[in-house]
Amino acid sequence: MPRAFTPKVITANALIEGDVIYLTANDDWTRDLARAEILTDEAHAELRLIEASQRHHEAVGVYLADVAKGDKGPEPTHFREDFRRTGPSNYAHGKQEERV
Amino acid sequence: MYRYNDFDADFVAQRNRQFRQQVARRIDGSLTEDEFKPLRLMNGLYLQLHAYMLRVAIPYGTLNSAQMRQLAYLAERFDKGYGHFTTRQNIQYNWPKLPDVPDMLDALAEVEMHAIQTSGNTIRNVTADHFAGAAADEIADPRPVAELLRQWSTDHPEFQFLPRKFKIAVTGSPNDRAVIKAHDIGIQVVEQDGRIGYRVLVGGGLGRTPMIGKELADFVSQQELLPYVEAVVSVWNLLGRRDNKYKARIKITVHEHGIEQIRGLVEERFKETRAAFNGADLAIFEQIKPQFAPPAFRNAPTDAFDRAYEADPVFRSWADTNLAQHRAPGYAIAQISIKAHGQTPGDATAEQMRVMADIASEFGHDELRISHEQNVILPHVHKSDLPEIHARLKAHGLATANIGKISDIIACPGMDYCALATARSIPVAQQIATRFDELKIENDIGDLKIKISGCINACGHHHVGHIGILGLDRAGVETYQITLGGDHTENAAIGQRTGPGFGYDEIVPAIERLVGAYLEHRTDPAETFLQTYRRLGMAPFKAALYDSEQSRVAAE
Repeated sequence: MPRAFTPKVITANALIEGDVIYLTANDDWTRDLARAEILTDEAHAELRLIEASQRHHEAVGVYLADVAKGDKGPEPTHFREDFRRTGPSNYAHGKQEERV
Repeated sequence: MYRYNDFDADFVAQRNRQFRQQVARRIDGSLTEDEFKPLRLMNGLYLQLHAYMLRVAIPYGTLNSAQMRQLAYLAERFDKGYGHFTTRQNIQYNWPKLPDVPDMLDALAEVEMHAIQTSGNTIRNVTADHFAGAAADEIADPRPVAELLRQWSTDHPEFQFLPRKFKIAVTGSPNDRAVIKAHDIGIQVVEQDGRIGYRVLVGGGLGRTPMIGKELADFVSQQELLPYVEAVVSVWNLLGRRDNKYKARIKITVHEHGIEQIRGLVEERFKETRAAFNGADLAIFEQIKPQFAPPAFRNAPTDAFDRAYEADPVFRSWADTNLAQHRAPGYAIAQISIKAHGQTPGDATAEQMRVMADIASEFGHDELRISHEQNVILPHVHKSDLPEIHARLKAHGLATANIGKISDIIACPGMDYCALATARSIPVAQQIATRFDELKIENDIGDLKIKISGCINACGHHHVGHIGILGLDRAGVETYQITLGGDHTENAAIGQRTGPGFGYDEIVPAIERLVGAYLEHRTDPAETFLQTYRRLGMAPFKAALYDSEQSRVAAE
């Protein structure tokens, strides 16, 4: 029996800066995971992935990442995506720097 | 040190111009990422977890002050104020933006540096003993040969699309500080009947299948070295597995075919390559050698050193721990730890880089080295200058007296930066260093090498750590496996796994229990952790790690 499709977001790195980015429902790229579009339908997710992958002048390495629905939007379910969301542990760089 | 000739300068400038155009075409959409990726990798530009990463080669770890200052400039102008020195004597910038990279490469070219072949399936930066040209135990400076190999391998048309990356290390001393047995080719300068030649090892490497290199030839003359090395790479280029990247390294080829068959094939191929070398390599070698002539050492009293050593315990501790024996009377090799307790191993700020550059130009014959252990070396300092050098280092957080100690940890960037990593390394290293600093037992523990990798590729050399730590993803949780008994020296050995891994919050207490077991079981303070492990084997350490009752006792 195939595994049930779990919620996902589309993520990549920005072409110019390299920052971790996510696709919103409005077809914008955001640096904030909370603003990312949550994809709950597998066929729709595949279509959105194909569309996003064609935007190679904006994004690099587009893929679907697992998330869970949280109170404030999508939340990572794996520590790698959590680190991608926050930035490195050793300095307040990346996303943490922007928040400061 | 080696200075670029016109050919070198033109070659690098041309490559930079070419790459600038490629970046422009990527940004304007003329190139897709699939088309651009191999081009950026040929110039050392990766895309990592949070940003691009530019890896810059520091050939055989040698730098002058101007080069170090330029690395500081790059850190400040194009990064976030720091650079990361790696186990392959490179420096990595973790936050460049794509449009800035051509400017970074031009700035590097101004001081005769580049990022060519710091990525891709090609011959990577040739590394060497960080004490080269200075060590008291040295037979000959390994850097002229390393430079010859660098020139030969750079843009070598046959070796740009090898089965996998290829790493060569050279040592000029019988005491191996270049980890030659964990390289694809390890070269050791040897003397036989008054003649200088080279012992050649092959098939070492860490990663998912760690192996110790095997001796291919016990003596290769200077005349034969380059055609011999070319024969080795050429044989592997044909035999190497291209069907499976995990089996593509030469260590697997040597393992699958056996060293005798490889030796036979190399000797057969050597007959062909030898004939193709017309002596140009020897002529180039003779031009390279004088560029590595030792500096003019001065003959001066060392009273200032002796007085400071007697009067200042902080200086004495630093001198005892961080200095190494120099070949010239009155001189020392000073090792600058860039691993202050709690800091990221291998990171130096732009300010720290400038301080080290200033000290090198004022007191150190304008030379610096980067060690594979992620520290910076002043290879030639007169002992009378050491109190002043120490004071300046101390003022900038660079005088930590921990070289070779438990907090002198090698750690790869891990999942804080690296796209390949499966767990974090840096915070584990930071926590271990901080914990043992709090316990104030670092000096009592003595020599102990902890090496941490954030994935199976083993950039942190965990297999050859006395205590090795490997970070893995186990069902979505960061988990750390421990190995014991690894050795990176001429007696190289691969560490043995202790058993099940530990969670992120459990790994530091586990290391504390291991060290507690060592302190309990050593015969006297002169017996190192590694000696105790070799005498007793795994059992007492395993008990300390996994047996709750003994763990409790060891922890008390």
